[in-house]
Amino acid sequence: MTSARRRYRWVLSFSLSVLLLLPVFVAAAPLAERQVLENGLTLLVRSSRALPIVTITVTVQAGSLWEPEERAGLANLTALLLTRSTTTRTAAQIDEAVDFIGASLSSSADRDLSELHLTMLRKDIPKGLELLADVLLHPTFEQGEIARKVQELRAALRKRQEDPGEVAQEVFDGLVFGGHPYGRPLEGSEATLTTITRDDIVGFHRNHYTPERTFITVVGDVGRGEITDQIRALLGSWPKGKGAVARATAPTPLQEKIIVKKVDRSVAQANIVLGHQGIRRDNPDFYALTVMNYILGGGGFSSRLVERIREQKGWAYDVNSQFSPGLERGSFQVALQTKNESAGPAVQEVVRELKRIREQGVTDQELVDAKAHLTGSFPLRLDTNAKLAGLISAVEYYKLGLDYADRYRTLIEGVGKEDILRVARTYLRPEGYVLVVVADQAKAALPE
Amino acid sequence: MTQGLAEAQVTARVTESMLENGLKILLLEEHKASVVTVHIWYRVGARNEQPGTTGLSHLLEHMMFKGTSKVGPGQFSRTIRKNGGRDNAFTSEDYTGYFETFASDRIDLALKLEADRMRNLLLDPKEIEAEKKVVMEERRLRTEDDPVSALREAMGAAAFQAHPYRQPVIGWMTDIERLAREDLARYYDTYYVPNNAVLVAVGDFKSDELLPKIRHHFGPIPRGAQPPSVRAVEPEQRGERRLFLRKEAELPFVFMGYHVPNLKHPDNFALEVLAYILSGGKSARIYKSLVYEKQLALFAGGGYDRESIDPNLFPLYASVMPGKTAEEVEQALTAEIELVKNEPIPDRELQKAKNQIEAGFLFGQDSVFNLARQLAEYEIVADWRAWEAYLPGIRAVTAADLQRVAKAYLTPDHRTVAVLIPEKIKK
Repeated sequence: MTSARRRYRWVLSFSLSVLLLLPVFVAAAPLAERQVLENGLTLLVRSSRALPIVTITVTVQAGSLWEPEERAGLANLTALLLTRSTTTRTAAQIDEAVDFIGASLSSSADRDLSELHLTMLRKDIPKGLELLADVLLHPTFEQGEIARKVQELRAALRKRQEDPGEVAQEVFDGLVFGGHPYGRPLEGSEATLTTITRDDIVGFHRNHYTPERTFITVVGDVGRGEITDQIRALLGSWPKGKGAVARATAPTPLQEKIIVKKVDRSVAQANIVLGHQGIRRDNPDFYALTVMNYILGGGGFSSRLVERIREQKGWAYDVNSQFSPGLERGSFQVALQTKNESAGPAVQEVVRELKRIREQGVTDQELVDAKAHLTGSFPLRLDTNAKLAGLISAVEYYKLGLDYADRYRTLIEGVGKEDILRVARTYLRPEGYVLVVVADQAKAALPE
Repeated sequence: MTQGLAEAQVTARVTESMLENGLKILLLEEHKASVVTVHIWYRVGARNEQPGTTGLSHLLEHMMFKGTSKVGPGQFSRTIRKNGGRDNAFTSEDYTGYFETFASDRIDLALKLEADRMRNLLLDPKEIEAEKKVVMEERRLRTEDDPVSALREAMGAAAFQAHPYRQPVIGWMTDIERLAREDLARYYDTYYVPNNAVLVAVGDFKSDELLPKIRHHFGPIPRGAQPPSVRAVEPEQRGERRLFLRKEAELPFVFMGYHVPNLKHPDNFALEVLAYILSGGKSARIYKSLVYEKQLALFAGGGYDRESIDPNLFPLYASVMPGKTAEEVEQALTAEIELVKNEPIPDRELQKAKNQIEAGFLFGQDSVFNLARQLAEYEIVADWRAWEAYLPGIRAVTAADLQRVAKAYLTPDHRTVAVLIPEKIKK
């Protein structure tokens, strides 16, 4: 149930889109070997000797859930600034060192966590690890670099307004989650960005970037013993934090009513997002919802929404539904784009499909096909080192267990038709949702 | 410094064969996981289209999922998915590609389905009309409502005058609207023949067991007439072209494209290294200067359309920061080009670019999909063995080569500059 807003057949006009895909993971072995160092830092290592390359992901409990509302953007800004100067290196020196070995090093924040990613050749591991430890432990958050990044983020926020899909998503999140971190852009806003001080950033880093709140995932051409020794040498003396830190908890539930927000733009296509709050990742109904959502709108050309709105009506290039579960309740949403004139009818079809699956559930054939795809395609989620690292990190972060690949099949196989009906009735709310339509409203003529 | 790492080139493990009907087959065993990807690419793309029927290759690609005499509309993808697989397709200026990826025991299914639709496509008029609407939505999504993409399209249309690379792959909206069944049927009959296709499989299989299966499914398909070749040659550009696009947007954007040779010309290696010097990473010249130091651009970069049947462009681009102007950004981009012409590239910088290319070459082999894509693309635009020449060619590039190719090709007379002028977004 990850986000993949635009799929299907694509035109290659300029550069090749980066593609997803697969090798098989042979189950019955843990996804990685796990070890906790003395200071609480967790290591997860998976050897893969096919190519002389290594991918390392550092995951920190430091997403926007941990930032105060009036400092919205703090987690993101802190993450982005890690690689922009350390006690011994300028930003330009970091960039040059990374590029010289043909590696890539990036940092980013999300709602639930922040991450550093490093990909390099096996022979460059010592150099790469040293850089990684430096930016993780010794960033200096120079005033000039802060100003530069803030300026970039403000420009990026402006540029995003050019994309009607992004505008629709932003308005939708705001209405579904209000002031909760899940409801605002990770970058914060023009207003909050100007109030964030260097002290805020230094404090956020000190309080949240600590070994017991961090784990490191290593996938690639390396043995567990050698990489553990090297990481211990660099990060073993990283001192623990001072104790618990607060974060935002559950978002305020939405009222059971329909909220329609129209945004007027002179665009060729209406961008539509419809939905409401969803579930937490630890909800045991996650697997039944995965199957239900695959049939509804998560299964590409096998889904009911695509069949109805794209294949039968020709109204949209892309229509999909997804749950986005996190540490807290994420959203459930259906997104589609269609020419202004068909916005109204398309929304009606979406609501009709939500009601239909709640009232009638799914057929035996749909259930069998969905389960066959979800279990049969699991290996395709483990294609590259980067994808393996991503899955292992998610498994660790959301406490899914390193035997997840084995259990996933059982969990999906165990879903029955009555489960689908139950979760559809519990988690789909066609009587109370948020509908956002970014369109040329004069042409769209949506019903009130 | 990374020299030696990629010595044992992956191409050494490729086996090549051809069926009697002309279907080219490239097989690469890759046993690290029990997964396989099957690609069938046809040697047809936007470059084969005529004015008035642009978008034909791409619409036909969509129609390949809409039913044969044996497999009903929508059943292709449905069958692949319930077998745990993924499938999709893509169209470019030079080719149209289809693929399926899944556990290696399902490979027969992909072969059966692909052989069927190489031959038996229905092209039901009702399905065509519905799919044209879908493609028009796709165009609205990708181009009409995306100012940067619209600018890129406008630049291509101005940079090429005689060659069909001027045509957008998705087609002009008015052309898509008018495409008819007979256009598609003629196109399908002309280009979807085994002697105009290449089949690439990468993954966990034994080549000597797979080849008979491929022969079983594709062998009975008769060879077709040799499709017509594209004869258009773009004349040398003699003088800068410049265009402006007004569209609702927040920030100006600058695109420039220089006419350059492609991988069939020995200068391609120097141009590839030059692309990395200019835009390979945050320490590369364009990012460092325009984004980091001068703060003129929100993001900036470039590339080199090297893998292309006919000579293509060397594009550079930048998104203008608020408070700065397109002129300032354009001057800064041009200044970086002039600097390369006038001052030799330091050794360390040259070595850095080569290291990036070599590392990227290895990273790119991490997925079976990407390996298949590379093989198929090289085979279509030149010959798959051209891939073997890549690293040796890159390693041989000298600082003097970079200066020479920059002077030869990156001149104002050879470029088209496209500027996005934002019109206020109503809010």
